[in-house]
Amino acid sequence: MATVELRNLRKTYLHEEIIKGVSLAIAEREFVVFVGPSGCGKSTLLRMIAGLEDISAGDLLIDGQRVNDTEPARRGLAMVFQSYALYPHMNVYRNMEFSLRLAGMPEAERRQRIGDVARILQLEPYLDHRPGQLSGGQRQRVAIGRAIVRNPRVFLFDEPLSNLDAALRGQMRVELASLHRRLGATTIYVTHDQVEAMTMADRIVVLNKGVVEQIGTPLELYHRPGNLFVARFMGSPPMNLLPATISAPAPEGSVQVRTGTFSVSIPTQQAGLEAGAPATLGVRPEHIRIDPQGAVHGMVEVSERLGAITLLHVRLPDGQMIVVQTGGDNIDCADTPISMTFEEEHCHLFDAGGMALARSTEHPLLAGA
Amino acid sequence: MDKVAGHPPVMASPAGSAARSRGLQGFVLQSPAIMLLLAWSVVPLLMTLWYSVRNYNLVDPTQQGFAGISNYWYLLTDPDFMTSLENTAILVGGVLAISVGLGTLLAVLYNEEFAGRGIARILVISPFFIMPTVAALLWKNLMLHPIYGVYSAMMRAVGLTPVDWLSRYPLATLVMIVAWEWLPFAVLILLTAIQSLDTEQKEAARMDGAGMVAQFINITLPHLSRAITVVIMIETIFLLTIFAEISVTTAGGPGVASTNLAFLIYSRALLQFDVGGASAGGVVAIVVANIVAAFLLRAVARNLET
Repeated sequence: MATVELRNLRKTYLHEEIIKGVSLAIAEREFVVFVGPSGCGKSTLLRMIAGLEDISAGDLLIDGQRVNDTEPARRGLAMVFQSYALYPHMNVYRNMEFSLRLAGMPEAERRQRIGDVARILQLEPYLDHRPGQLSGGQRQRVAIGRAIVRNPRVFLFDEPLSNLDAALRGQMRVELASLHRRLGATTIYVTHDQVEAMTMADRIVVLNKGVVEQIGTPLELYHRPGNLFVARFMGSPPMNLLPATISAPAPEGSVQVRTGTFSVSIPTQQAGLEAGAPATLGVRPEHIRIDPQGAVHGMVEVSERLGAITLLHVRLPDGQMIVVQTGGDNIDCADTPISMTFEEEHCHLFDAGGMALARSTEHPLLAGA
Repeated sequence: MDKVAGHPPVMASPAGSAARSRGLQGFVLQSPAIMLLLAWSVVPLLMTLWYSVRNYNLVDPTQQGFAGISNYWYLLTDPDFMTSLENTAILVGGVLAISVGLGTLLAVLYNEEFAGRGIARILVISPFFIMPTVAALLWKNLMLHPIYGVYSAMMRAVGLTPVDWLSRYPLATLVMIVAWEWLPFAVLILLTAIQSLDTEQKEAARMDGAGMVAQFINITLPHLSRAITVVIMIETIFLLTIFAEISVTTAGGPGVASTNLAFLIYSRALLQFDVGGASAGGVVAIVVANIVAAFLLRAVARNLET
């Protein structure tokens, strides 16, 4: 297994810079997920690591060796493509055998290794099927098998689950996670799906327009988004964001924040906050409590009952819409007035530039990190 | 079938007669087209069969009556016939080998990015738009002519003696000319096929350690196999009946060195005025074409299945 290090990687197409200097160190056995909206450069970055795209500037190191100019096949990586890219005229066995055959491995050893991998992936009954005869999930497994047989130092996945239906995606997600635990291979995984990112990653790299917005464990990103982009991107339903002004720095490391119709006091250690400065108040739907004595009032517009939870879309008196997550037994329906309390220790505050303000309390789950 | 199975009560008793009347209706509606096709294909076939067993010579009206199999006998025992069959095979095989082989390489080449690719693509396809007679004349008089030809001039320029290609190597020269005409077709079909190749497949092969040659053999060629079969089938159909090029350049000569089956039939009918013998040749040509077609169709069907 291997470490991967990106040092200020850049990619320029013609005159446009697609990747604007990405630095990242990936430890052995780590599962790193690149996540971001489409066009953020996450796939390009993966392809640069794979060697399918040239690196315009910066260094790529695998196990401490610079591999910028090394052929893809010699970097010791294996990649699973979004379209799977199986060879349609070869059966499953030949698909997995292809790289081994090119590497000149003896027949008996190839057979042995493919047999082992097929057993792990439950592909044994399909070894002489062609890709065209397999279902989406089976093709996916063949693509993974083709990567595993090479015994690579690093696995690269390019949105591997996006062509599967929702049920299968959930199942493959679990399979991939357990496969990673079993093989212990360093893995880089690209996705636009934050559920995949949250559930599988050791660390998530949030990319936006070729720049790293934040790197952290899934819970770090969730509980301590570094800026507005990450706050909006991570979490479903997304965080409620309300324009606000700082009314007064209160004593004991907290600050009074005023939005259109109410004010809350947020614990923060940020120095130099001035009264009247614009800010953005963020609060996740699950951190708003329905409370008859609450300071925030609104009118339920839509109630989405998902069974386990209920999502209330609430219109505040100034016209802003927020989403409130409550229990599945909530019976508030449309056009009901309700009152709420924002859990102040879970509120986020962003300055005018979109950067998160320093907090005075640490999330219990992150205390050790 | 599913619909029928889904409504058993409706279809229970009158099923047979309803289906029969629908079949009859279909036949009636289709019959004008079928009749026209029959008239155009079966009538000439029957006439050819009829003439092939008759004594019928345009310059000798006294030769008449039933000839039995003598027209066939005369043709099949004629050494020219075997030569013409061989020539047909060489023409078809040679042109196929050149146009498919070179066409595949050119298709791969023209799929790559390079400056002026658009113009180059038009140029490589343009010979296909030149009609066979003109193409043959062009090669005969402008390019290969021992005195005025461009190649002769080039050979003289480096001190070589020009070759009279069409009389020294008539069949090989014809293969070259016809291949020049058909290469664009192969490139066109194969290029469009190559463009549908998934780039991720090639990238996967690259990551698997395949170099350019290994990618070509393991990814590109299998992907092209259907298109190649189609090219072979269509070209064979046309190449079996090459006529204009031969008529314009060598007139089948010297001797019968460049006479193929089509030209042999023509020379029997319109140079020797032997309609009976020519018809026998026509029947043989039909048989040959059907044998080839049977093989081709089987190969194509197998290739198009998966």
